[in-house]
Amino acid sequence: MCLETSVGPLKMKNPLMLASGVLDMTRGSMERFREAGAIVTKSVGMGERKGYGNPSVVELEHGLLNAMGLPNPGVDEYLKEIEGIDVQKIVGSIFGKDEHEFARVAKKIEVAVDAIEMNMSCPHAGSYGAGFPTDKISDAVSAVKESVNIPVFVKLGMENIGRRARAAEEGGADAIVAINTVRAMSIDIETAVPILSNKVGGYSGPAIKPIGVRCVYELSEEVDIPIIGVGGITTAEDVIEYMMAGASAVQIGTGVYYRGEKIFEEISKELREWLEAHEYGRIKDVIGAARA
Amino acid sequence: MPMRVHAIEKVVENTPIHKTFYFNDRECRNAEPGQFIMVWIPGVDEMPMSLSVIGKQQAVTVEAKGEGTKKMHEMKEGDKIGIRGPYGKGFSLSGEKKLFVAGGTGIAPLMPLIKMSGGKKTVILGARSSHLLLFEEELKSMDVELHISTDDGSEGHKGFVTDLLEEMADADKKFDVAYACGPEIMMRKVLDFCLENSIPMEASLERYMKCGIGICGSCAIDGYHVCRDGPVFESSILSKIEDFGRWKRDESGKKVEI
Ligand SMILES: Cc1cc2nc3c(=O)[nH]c(=O)nc-3n(C[C@H](O)[C@H](O)[C@H](O)COP(=O)(O)O)c2cc1C
Repeated sequence: MCLETSVGPLKMKNPLMLASGVLDMTRGSMERFREAGAIVTKSVGMGERKGYGNPSVVELEHGLLNAMGLPNPGVDEYLKEIEGIDVQKIVGSIFGKDEHEFARVAKKIEVAVDAIEMNMSCPHAGSYGAGFPTDKISDAVSAVKESVNIPVFVKLGMENIGRRARAAEEGGADAIVAINTVRAMSIDIETAVPILSNKVGGYSGPAIKPIGVRCVYELSEEVDIPIIGVGGITTAEDVIEYMMAGASAVQIGTGVYYRGEKIFEEISKELREWLEAHEYGRIKDVIGAARA
Repeated sequence: MPMRVHAIEKVVENTPIHKTFYFNDRECRNAEPGQFIMVWIPGVDEMPMSLSVIGKQQAVTVEAKGEGTKKMHEMKEGDKIGIRGPYGKGFSLSGEKKLFVAGGTGIAPLMPLIKMSGGKKTVILGARSSHLLLFEEELKSMDVELHISTDDGSEGHKGFVTDLLEEMADADKKFDVAYACGPEIMMRKVLDFCLENSIPMEASLERYMKCGIGICGSCAIDGYHVCRDGPVFESSILSKIEDFGRWKRDESGKKVEI
């Protein structure tokens, strides 16, 4: 059973990518994911950022709530970190406050990665991420497209996703990645204190899967470029569901918390079994199957 | 594991810089020695701490050094803390003749291990100065051979705990297993000693931590994550970790020298 897929010009041996922010900040961590079709590295910006204080993660019944605050060592340290890395494909996630910063970071990492993912969706990082204005998305994407010659993906969150995706497509994006975490909160009722130090964070894991599937399904109406589905994937069935909704590939983040890094190897195997049992010759035939 | 919030049941001042906070949490009752919990001080901070007491009551022993630990020292019986865990891999019990090497607060995670293990136990306990020796009285009342070392010579050997290792080798004690916790430079020396003398060894590592559950990668050391693959690592792995005793990462993920 063939698991090969491609997202625009990026070809992968399987559709499973490691999502940005989960064990992909250091080379040693990333090399534990050689089974993934690609890994997306932790979002990196121009300069070093410490991120928010602890608690930065809350474990909930159906997922995780996090507010890391985009900690990263800055793009120069990042390049040292990934030099000579041994993984299938590497996608560099970047953030920026405007089109200039996005383009500069993209240009710097171009030599070291196979594609760029512009993070315009972190739900708790102010004007970085989801706060990036919708009317500036098109310009930012075209600035990055002009500065590099590798595929450029744009990662969006659930809010206003249709309009933001169209703006990204106008700017020349090669694919949309949907979704990021969902803005959420958790309060300890014994002490009446919000648990996260940042109070508000992003919700990931099984609880958000139906939201992600809906976004992918609707987006495949909105745009003509490929879509990468993310949010709550922990099983092969989840992957199939996202792909039937229209995703060409998927990303897995919180699933690593539930099943460890072996999740990639295991889901690949489960996907082959599922395809066989359901008489699909290859994973590509599943893409958009739920769309009439 | 979701967070539980408990009132602190008892606070004991161990030394001028160490306090032990007792609580009662069902999940922590059967923790392995060496495992850690994430302790939340509501509205202030959350920090990884090894359990220093395991059983009907459990406890963490805290050295006041950063902002969070200083705030923790202000907490009293009845104040509320949040607990996640226990997390990670603890020490494994094996062998007859056991050596425990502790520097400073490093004795804390070793205490439940020393209590639970049988056989012949030798403890080397070190601190900067006599009045900072943690759990000294408790160890003296236990069935262990205790060796003390202080940096300033105010009690026991003057110098480092690792100086005493050589004496142990000379005395031909033939330990079956060694356990270490303390400053990483010290643990590195204990590792070298154990490798030379073919003694299997385990050490509990400390790194800046955010999630505690193996997803954020803040505590990465080579390809391992201290929170999920550790905090206790065995010598066969430690000897391969290049960062061990040399490099750690700051909050941004940047490598800095130890
Ligand atoms: C701890 C953590 C850190 C994250 N950091 C980033 C990040 O730096 N950049 C980004 O684009 N997404 C980040 N995300 C979002 C994930 O990439 C993903 O979009 C989201 O978690 C939903 O997928 P999941 O349910 O499989 O985790 C992070 C998620 C988590 C849980």
